[in-house]
Amino acid sequence: MKPAPSAFAAIFGRPTPAKRVETGVFWLLRLCTYFVLLCAAFIFWDIGSKGGAVVFQSSAPFINVPFLTESPETLNVFVRDGREQTMGDRAFRQFKAEHAAEMKGVAVETYVYSAGGIFPNIAGTVLLVLGSILIALVLGVLSAIYLSEYATEGPFIRFLRLSIVNLAGVPSIVFGLFGFGMFVIALDFGVSLLAGWLTMAFMVLPIIITASEEALKAVPQGYREGSLALGATKFQTILTNVLPYALPGILTSSVLAIARVAGETAPIMFTAAFVMRDELPWQVQKWTDFIFQGVMALPYHIYVVASKIPQNEYTRDVQYGTAFVFLFTVAAIAMTAVILRQRLRKKYQW
Amino acid sequence: MTESVAPSAAPRPLAVAPVAAASPAARAAIEIDDVDFHYGASKALHDITLNIPERQVTAFIGPSGCGKSTLLRCLNRMNDLIDGARVSAGRIRIDGVNIFDPRVDVIELRKRVGMVFQKSNPFPKSIYENITYGLRIQGQKTKARLDEVVEHSLRGAALWDEVKDRLHESALGLSGGQQQRVCIARAIAVEPEIILMDEPCSALDPIATAKVEELIHGLKKQFTIVIVTHNMQQAARCSDRTAFFYLGKLIEYADTRTIFMNPANPQTEAYVSGRFG
Ligand SMILES: Nc1ncnc2c1ncn2[C@@H]1O[C@H](COP(=O)(O)OP(=O)(O)OP(=O)(O)O)[C@@H](O)[C@H]1O
Ligand SMILES: [Mg+2]
Repeated sequence: MKPAPSAFAAIFGRPTPAKRVETGVFWLLRLCTYFVLLCAAFIFWDIGSKGGAVVFQSSAPFINVPFLTESPETLNVFVRDGREQTMGDRAFRQFKAEHAAEMKGVAVETYVYSAGGIFPNIAGTVLLVLGSILIALVLGVLSAIYLSEYATEGPFIRFLRLSIVNLAGVPSIVFGLFGFGMFVIALDFGVSLLAGWLTMAFMVLPIIITASEEALKAVPQGYREGSLALGATKFQTILTNVLPYALPGILTSSVLAIARVAGETAPIMFTAAFVMRDELPWQVQKWTDFIFQGVMALPYHIYVVASKIPQNEYTRDVQYGTAFVFLFTVAAIAMTAVILRQRLRKKYQW
Repeated sequence: MTESVAPSAAPRPLAVAPVAAASPAARAAIEIDDVDFHYGASKALHDITLNIPERQVTAFIGPSGCGKSTLLRCLNRMNDLIDGARVSAGRIRIDGVNIFDPRVDVIELRKRVGMVFQKSNPFPKSIYENITYGLRIQGQKTKARLDEVVEHSLRGAALWDEVKDRLHESALGLSGGQQQRVCIARAIAVEPEIILMDEPCSALDPIATAKVEELIHGLKKQFTIVIVTHNMQQAARCSDRTAFFYLGKLIEYADTRTIFMNPANPQTEAYVSGRFG
C-alpha cells in the first residue's frame, strides 16, 4: 500500500477558514486594546497639555509656584492704559488703595476662585486620603484576619462575605448620604475631616477586606503550622508569621482604595468638603478642632469651578490646572504605597 | 538497644512485648492507648495502642493513607487545626499526662513536642530569625542567649559550618537539604523533649538524606524521636523500633530488626520486602 501524501505539506497550503477566523479575532482583540489605549492617551494628553500650561511656565522657576502654594482667590480683571490687567483679590485691594483716584469709575470684572492657587485643596485631599485609608486599613485588616484565620465557615460567615461584596457595589453618593446622616447629623461631627474619613473608609472597606483576605489566604499553611508547632499562640503566629507576608497583597488593595478615596467627590461633598475656607487645616487651636474641621479638596474644587460658577477662559485654566495637580497627587500617594509594597516584597520573599 | 520480641501469632505483637518490660532503660515517653481518630465522619485510626520509648528513634511505616501522619499529628495536637478532626476514643499520655485533658495547655505541649514537616517550611526570614523564632515568641530577648542558641542548634543540626557566615541571609536561599536542617535546628532550639518528623527526607537527595539520618542518629542521645518514612532502608538504618500501619490499624510494632528480619505478621513481611498489594 502506498503511503498517503504527507499531511505535513499542508503547512504550505492556502489559509483555511479556521486560520482566517484566527487572524480576524486577533485583530479584533488588538484593535479593542489599542482603542482603549488611545482614549486614555487622549485624556492624559488633554489634561497634561492644558493643565501643564497652567502649572509649568517657560521662565524660572519653571513651576507656577503661587498656584501650588496659595489659596484660591477671586480674580479681578480691568482695563488700564488700554491694556487688560488681571489681579488676585489681595493684590487688587492693595492696588486700589494705592491708585484710588485713578481707579475711580473703572469697570472691574470679578471671577471667583480664578486667581491664587489650590494649596489648601491639595492639603485637604492628602489629609482625607491618608486618614480614611488608615482607618480603612485598620478596620479592614482586622476583619480580614477574623474572616480568614478565626471564623469557621458557615451560613453566617457566608452571609457576611456576601454583604461585604455587595457593599462594594453601593454607589458613592449613597455612602455620602449615609455619612451625612450618620456622622454629620446623628453623631454631630458636623462637616468635618472625621466624618469624611469615616464615610470614605466605609466606602473602601469592601475592597480592603476582600483583598486582604485573599492575601492572607495566599500565605502557605506551612508557615502557620511551623509557627504553631514551635509553641506560638495563634495570635503570635498571625502577627509574626502570616500578616507580614500578606502585607504586600494588602497594600495592593490599598492602592486601589487610595485611587477611589482620592477621586470621589460624592462622599465628601456632604461630609467633609468646604467650598472655601480661609484657614489652613493645621491652623487650629487644639487637636479636636483638627479632626472636626471641614477642608477644601481637589475633586470638590474641580466640581465647583466646573459647574457652580460661570464659565470662561479664566475658570478653564483653574479647572485644567487643578485636574493636572489632582492626577499628580493621587499618583504620588499611590506610588508611595507601591514602593512600600516593593520593599516589603523584597524583605519577605516567598 | 537489644531486646527480644518473641515472634507470635497474636494480631498485635505489642501486647506480647511492651517496651518498658523488655528494656528497663527505655521508659515509655509516649503511651498511646486504644486511640480512635475521626476526620468528620470517616474513621482514620482504629484502636491504636503503642508505647514509644524515651531517647530512641521510633519509625512509623506503612502505605500511603494508612494514618501515619494522622497519628503523628495527634502527638502535638496539630490536628486541632483541622475542622471536625478529633480523637474519638482512647488517650495519649506524654510523661504520664493525658494530652487531651482540657486542662492541658496546647502551647506548652507544643514547646515540649517539636515537629519537622514533610515539606520543609523555613519561614521567609533570615536563618538567625528562623532559629530564634521559638525563643523570641517565648519572650527571650537577650542577644547573647539567642546567639548561643543559634550556634548550638545549628551545630546540633550539622549546619553550623555551612551557614555560619550567612546567618542573616534569608533561609529560603539555602538548598532543600539545608532548609530541612534549618527546620530541625529550629525545632531543637526550643529544647523539646520529643521531636516528631513527618517524612523529613522525602524532598531530599541521597546525600542530604544521609546527612539528616546521621543527624537523627546523633539527636537521639538527647531527644525522643518519632519519624514517619516511606523509605524502608531509612527506617531500617536509623530507627530502633518500627511500627507498621495499614488502613488505619497498627499491624505490628517491634524493634526494627525484628520487623525487617523476622516479622510476625505476613502483611508486614509483604510490605517491608516490597511485595505489597
Ligand atoms: N484533613 C483531612 N481531612 C479528612 N481526611 C483526611 C485529612 N487528612 C488525612 N485524611 C485521611 O485520613 C487518612 C490517613 O491520612 P494520613 O495523612 O494520616 O496518611 P499517611 O499515612 O500519612 O499517608 P502518606 O504516607 O501519604 O502521607 C487518609 O485516608 C486520608 O485521606
Ligand atoms: Mg503523611
